Amino acid sequence: MNKGLRVITFEGVTKRYPDGTVAVDNLSLDVPDGSVTVFVGPSGCGKTTSLRMINRMIDATEGRIRLDGRDVKEIEPATLRRGIGYVIQQAGLFPHRRIVDNVATVPYLLGWDKKKARARAMELLERVGLDVKLAERYPFQLSGGQQQRVGVARALAADPPVLLMDEPFSAVDPIVRMSLQDELLRLQSELHKTIVFVTHDIDEAIKLGDRVAVMRVGGRLAQLSDPATLLRDPADDFVREFLGRDRGIRRLSFIPARSVRLSPPPADLVVEDGRPVGWQSGDGLQPYGSFDPETDSLRAALDAMLLSPNGLAVAVDGHGKVLGVAARDALDAALPGAADG
Amino acid sequence: MGAGEEGGVNWLVEFFGDPEHWSGPAGIPARLLQHLEFSVLAFLIAAVIAVPLGLWVGHTGRGALLVVTSANAARALPTLGLLVLVVLLIGVGTVWPVLVPLIALAVPPILVNTYEGIRGVDADLRDAAYGMGLRGRQVLFRALVPVALPLILLGLRLAAIQVVATATVAAYVGLGGLGRFIIDGLATKDYGSVFGGAVLVVLLALAVQWAFTLVHRVVVSPGVRQVR
Repeated sequence: MNKGLRVITFEGVTKRYPDGTVAVDNLSLDVPDGSVTVFVGPSGCGKTTSLRMINRMIDATEGRIRLDGRDVKEIEPATLRRGIGYVIQQAGLFPHRRIVDNVATVPYLLGWDKKKARARAMELLERVGLDVKLAERYPFQLSGGQQQRVGVARALAADPPVLLMDEPFSAVDPIVRMSLQDELLRLQSELHKTIVFVTHDIDEAIKLGDRVAVMRVGGRLAQLSDPATLLRDPADDFVREFLGRDRGIRRLSFIPARSVRLSPPPADLVVEDGRPVGWQSGDGLQPYGSFDPETDSLRAALDAMLLSPNGLAVAVDGHGKVLGVAARDALDAALPGAADG
Repeated sequence: MGAGEEGGVNWLVEFFGDPEHWSGPAGIPARLLQHLEFSVLAFLIAAVIAVPLGLWVGHTGRGALLVVTSANAARALPTLGLLVLVVLLIGVGTVWPVLVPLIALAVPPILVNTYEGIRGVDADLRDAAYGMGLRGRQVLFRALVPVALPLILLGLRLAAIQVVATATVAAYVGLGGLGRFIIDGLATKDYGSVFGGAVLVVLLALAVQWAFTLVHRVVVSPGVRQVR
């Protein structure tokens, strides 16, 4: 595992409440620099508690959490938190402040001058895909998805190396959630933050995580691995069940379609100007499915096959020009190893 | 003197139309000024006690039960009884006999509304404020107070209106204020004066209401303007 500089380390961390409830039980793991680690599990599994112990919103009962090698308990909580971005479920924006001032919250706390803080806030609003015209509005005038983007911008304002995200997208509708997830992946590809992300949604975990930590009720770590391994090799029945159905299909998302062998396009594929139009059938055209072997996964290739009446997926390049077609047996050949159990 | 049979309007015309009522130490301006003096003083003292206490209890959660119970108990105190009690204890000649009951009247609504306002702020907002790295006091004054402000102002407004309306009791112990028109009027069966005094008190209460609406508009952020 890549041992970067800004790494968060849990060393035998336990959180026990006075009534005896154990929220997190002897958790040990590393969050490597510049990666997204997702804590996922059913409610009561201690994922949020684990996250909140990093910025000391909750203090661990036993064990140690290190940030860049330093025990977080040695750092005064407010100082610690100003150096860590924090995004929560309902965004938690200050309703009495304009959007721009919400984003500039931490820079103001750090004593930046107002002009610089606001300029930085405007830059971030654009960065998270918001119209800068929203800057002078109040939170209640924004949609849930927009508020959540503001929440992300606010967390990034002072450019902290570490970002904690506590179910940030679970209160918005599925379509907005998907666009927020894509936006986060895009941002992360530019910013390379060290992100700890909490969700109860395994699909979200698999989509966003470089590594996924599956936790079970009682605060125990059930499995920590990259998404593809998790789908291929669940550690036990709990993890297998939590992953749910379609594990095999979902795994295909992690295998690039590059290895799929292509055949020359058959005569009944109608092509105009190098681009596919449809499958010739009698007098009419039937729809076709296509994928880009350079950027898509096997899942997209399979999807394209299922969309075509003859089971052939049309491979196209970045400009939409036909490269060839792929049949079902080409997909089988591209699958590594045997089917998983 | 002689109140007309038609009552109401005639009494008012007589009362407000009499130039003697507009000058001298017993005139409307002087009485209004005295009335405002007790009221403002009592209101300010009550606010200085109740607002910080309400903020502290709402923010820390400490002593909440005690505060709410004693505030409710204080509401049950009979103002007139308290007035007489203070007179018996320290005698007449100072403004305290009227200030004490007015303060006792004003503290509960301010205290309870301030406390409830702070306590009622969305837990997510509080969480986010701490999570951003605000410290206790910063959380209170930068996040909680601005959001609780409509409720805090409501408490202050209720208190102010009650104080203004109740400050009439000052007349019972020989102090001035608009109550004199009512109480002296009753004693001399001058119903024009009674009615006129009552109308003045109502107008004053309306003015207070209006003043608070204005303050609300100025100090409450457009982002949190839900309560009036």
